[in-house]
Amino acid sequence: MKIDELYQEIILDHYKAKHHSGLRTPYDAEVYHVNPVCGDEVRLRISLDKDVVSDVSYESAGCSISQASTSVMSDLVIGRTADEGFALHDEFLAVMQGKGEVVPDEDRLEDAVAFAGVARFPARVKCALLGWSAFKDAAIRATSGTSRKPEVEVQ
Amino acid sequence: MSVSGGPEYAATIDLDEVAVPDEPIPFDVEHIRSDFPILERRFGDWPLIYLDSANSSQKPRVVVEAMEDHYLNHNANVARAMHTLGAEATAAFESARARLAKFIGARRSEEVVFTKNASEALNLCAYTLGAKLKPGDEIVISVMEHHSNLVPWQLLAERTGATLRWFDVTDEGRLDLEGASRQGLVNERTKIVSVAYVSNVLGTVNPINQLAGIAHAVGAVLIVDASQAVPQLPVDVAALGADLVAFTGHKMVGPTGIGVLWGRYDLLVELPPFLGGGEMIEVVRMSGSTFAPPPHRFEAGTPPIAQAVGLGVAADYLSELGMEQVAAHEQEITGYALQGLAAVPGLRVLGPTEMRDRGGAVAFTMSAANGSPIHPHDVGQLLDARGIAVRGGHHCARPLHERFGIQSSTRASFYLYTTKAEIDALVDALNYTRDFFR
Repeated sequence: MKIDELYQEIILDHYKAKHHSGLRTPYDAEVYHVNPVCGDEVRLRISLDKDVVSDVSYESAGCSISQASTSVMSDLVIGRTADEGFALHDEFLAVMQGKGEVVPDEDRLEDAVAFAGVARFPARVKCALLGWSAFKDAAIRATSGTSRKPEVEVQ
Repeated sequence: MSVSGGPEYAATIDLDEVAVPDEPIPFDVEHIRSDFPILERRFGDWPLIYLDSANSSQKPRVVVEAMEDHYLNHNANVARAMHTLGAEATAAFESARARLAKFIGARRSEEVVFTKNASEALNLCAYTLGAKLKPGDEIVISVMEHHSNLVPWQLLAERTGATLRWFDVTDEGRLDLEGASRQGLVNERTKIVSVAYVSNVLGTVNPINQLAGIAHAVGAVLIVDASQAVPQLPVDVAALGADLVAFTGHKMVGPTGIGVLWGRYDLLVELPPFLGGGEMIEVVRMSGSTFAPPPHRFEAGTPPIAQAVGLGVAADYLSELGMEQVAAHEQEITGYALQGLAAVPGLRVLGPTEMRDRGGAVAFTMSAANGSPIHPHDVGQLLDARGIAVRGGHHCARPLHERFGIQSSTRASFYLYTTKAEIDALVDALNYTRDFFR
């Protein structure tokens, strides 16, 4: 597999200009996730307006794949209900765990289809999932009305 | 079994009987490479360029064949099988111990304990030496330690109430001995000092003789993690000044699954057992047991027999090349790499950039033309696409990276089969990586 198939232009564009980056207030839940293998980390806040995700803000450090994936994720989930966000998370996860054989639905996943190639690099799948896992965790905390306190979640 | 005799068998191979080559053979990298079949691999258009030997070295054919021969023709358990194969396996295992002892300059075979890896050897030290530790006692390590020489001491401090302290490093990546002296780091409360001989990230070679003087002046035991040293430097444990020395097999062209703890015999004999089980006992009664003398006291259960056979051959392989020559090659290649890397824009080497007291691991960070850092995973991925294997991450030394204000780094590490052409290819690929993320 050629390296350009992994590093698609869309990924590099998001990496260079991360959407919705930075931590904002107010928020309903904050989580901190790390990938112990490489030390990639993301602190992510979610803000809900009733059921709808009104904002996702984050501070993160890591490789181009994890940075770009978090940027794409925030584009996708903001403005949707938490449940729709969970459904997108599950679809993205299925693509990532599909060893390159699961064809993503472009109408649903939009820019996130660019990560389909990552599924063929097992060492990088966790990078692509870091931001998504943080979103899911934060959304669960926010919708269940639990902790505002950040807790470290090791992937 | 003789009750008064202690162990079921003794490691009594006389070191004078272990043959060592008189003259090392001429050091010819191309010839050496032909001993390592894996170096012929290609990935598409790209030949493998393996620059991750500080992580795990490749294996010469003789090591793998020796293990194959052992399994196919001599396999049995050691020390307890009363038959010919058992005797052959025992002789092979103990002969490997003697060859390792000779390789590192031990005074006797019984000073060599086989473990699973260097981590287990260091945990063995922490458990056995730690038995006497109490609140108020101090353990001293350094900020440049691999997690394997850091976490066991953290755990020991938690178990006993002892305090864990550490040497800082200078910005150049040398142990800060002056700062340590000023703050009285090693003092009358210090019971254990444990440091790396060669840093797996910075490549720094630490002054073990000097540290031995510092530790022994206050009656502390000096432990050395020599995992990166034994593969690339001539090591003479008798002259080193350390009390215990740990290293691993798979970084010195040997197999995985085996490590070594060397200890001064008079110290080993005072230490309590580590793991309990078969082979480490003298007499077992339901009311209590007595234990074998070293080294078997510390080798509970069936040991890594085939791995020991392979490691013995690995030590012979290195001896035939001559560790002086292996070290000289490492120096030459590392110096050449430091020069080449200095010419890559945006690249910053962690650790010493001159070859004085420096080993063959070079960790670095990189940034793109616009100044933004390129993550080591991205560097590693682009190099891998060109057949170049390096390591990216914190290299099991997270506190050290924190000390330098970074999260992770890329590391290239070299060994006896590394060529200058491979270094040139690395430099080319790093320039390509930088262009890719411009």
